[in-house]
Amino acid sequence: MSVDRVLAVVIEHDHGETKPVSLEVLSAARKLADQISGKVVAFCFCREANLSGDLFIRHGADEVRFLTHPDLQHYIHENYVSALLRELEKSAFDYLLLPATNNGKELSAVLSARLGVGVAADCISISVNDGDVEAVRPVSAGKAHSTVRFTGKKPHILSLRPNVFRNPPIARQGEIVEEAIQLPEFSQRVRELVKQVGSQLDVTEARIVVSGGLGMQGPENFKLLEELAEVLGGAVGASRPVVDNGWRDYSNQVGQTGRTVSPDLYIACGISGAVQHLAGMSSSRCIVAINSDPNAAIFSVADYGIVGDALKIIPALTREFKKVLTS
Amino acid sequence: MKIIVCVKQVLDTAAQIQIENGKVVSPGSSRIINPYDEFAIEEAVRIKEKKSDTEITLLSLGPEGFKDSIKKALAMGADKAVHLMDAEFEGLDSYALARVLARSIEKIPYDLILCGRQAVDGDRAQTGPALATFLNIPFVTVVTGIEFSDDFKNAKITRQVEGGSEVRELPLPLLLTCQKGLNEPRLPSLKGIMAAKKKEVLTLSASDLDAETLDIDDKRMIEENLCLPPERKKGIILQGSEISGELVRLLREEEKII
Repeated sequence: MSVDRVLAVVIEHDHGETKPVSLEVLSAARKLADQISGKVVAFCFCREANLSGDLFIRHGADEVRFLTHPDLQHYIHENYVSALLRELEKSAFDYLLLPATNNGKELSAVLSARLGVGVAADCISISVNDGDVEAVRPVSAGKAHSTVRFTGKKPHILSLRPNVFRNPPIARQGEIVEEAIQLPEFSQRVRELVKQVGSQLDVTEARIVVSGGLGMQGPENFKLLEELAEVLGGAVGASRPVVDNGWRDYSNQVGQTGRTVSPDLYIACGISGAVQHLAGMSSSRCIVAINSDPNAAIFSVADYGIVGDALKIIPALTREFKKVLTS
Repeated sequence: MKIIVCVKQVLDTAAQIQIENGKVVSPGSSRIINPYDEFAIEEAVRIKEKKSDTEITLLSLGPEGFKDSIKKALAMGADKAVHLMDAEFEGLDSYALARVLARSIEKIPYDLILCGRQAVDGDRAQTGPALATFLNIPFVTVVTGIEFSDDFKNAKITRQVEGGSEVRELPLPLLLTCQKGLNEPRLPSLKGIMAAKKKEVLTLSASDLDAETLDIDDKRMIEENLCLPPERKKGIILQGSEISGELVRLLREEEKII
């Protein structure tokens, strides 16, 4: 098989575990590669090659490159950029795909600046048009969409929104390479990452988000949402007023001044649906809204609505989900 | 300490938008300081309150209308502003924008550059880290905590990552992009508003910056076909006595999510 183009994917991992979004990016790269007779190369920068290369292959990689160095235990952008530029010098790639996480976005910005290449940030769909890749991305937190076409130098960089490109693994063949690499000293520039705390499921990465607004009536009632989220294996989100009131941490906030999310299921509880909140969650696959006000704007984007008191309905829902999921 | 704060003006986040001739329009809606840039301004002012020999320079690239946000940021406590304004700057991508900002900063001394973690209109989160790259200084993005050493030569930075946070220690000068949670921006006081009227705003054009020597006209990509997102199909309101069970059934059997 002749290979026209090389699609590089940077794997994001943390505490020895591959981030699920990285598998999604591999799947998306595979889909593109199949349309442009391309080859998918997964780059995994790590201290030791202890992640499953087979898993990367099953999600779409033709080649997995474990590039190891003692300083690569944690993501540090300076190290990743050095390592990537070194790989790029050895062998060019046409596309570079990254997760649109905080790390992926800053990596793409630095590489864009260093290489003078374009970035399509936070893409929600990618396709091939006339042999060229183009991407749709949300602007203003999803109030509008735009389409990016690349015109300049390669590699063309795309960061992909978590939860959007999920595909099941398939049995495939591929090659796994392991190589110890050299990195420049950053001793003066960047001291070590000193600590890392928290490993809860993030709202942007959760497949199911259970979110609460002022209709939850107080911070103590968010335990109802935590219980529901736990049963569903999801994460708890919140509206801006809830965060501004100090009921929940700002990392929970969904909306234009918080996190934009695209889960499979978004359950909005006691959220009226301010414009900036709707912008941040209306690309969810399925939306359920529970609100006592039948005229609340949230119902305009909901697939399923329940008019009523969220505090009474949520425990009943939790019980029903538990019944179904444990049976 | 010399601090540069990058400020962009954006459409109010409460605004409904329409698309006309490939551009976002929202008649009657107000313009605001990009909410994440407000955290950057506030942080700079708080540093100045601790270290009085601090000078805060705002840097903003945009049309005449951006003066409103520059005025507000000055009223919050910044000392002066540099406004990069030229028709040639319209529609720059993040790369080109960062190139122009970097060029303008060559003439301004600094120890610290603060930006918002992203503009809430473009949502790219590219300009800050790209600017640091062009200036060849270290940076940390999505910052929720800043702690300086006693001599203000080093900083301990808390950064948000998905599902947690991490802390890094770096020497100054450096660039930080600010995230919600860093602080609570103040409203300008009346005294601040009066003082802002006398503060210097230096306007620079493309030729003032020799911008033609930057490769900002080279297109790296084209972003077009701005449109409203596809409308969601109309939903249903569940009724009856077995609502919870019915919803679970629908999510399981129809949507196949559970």
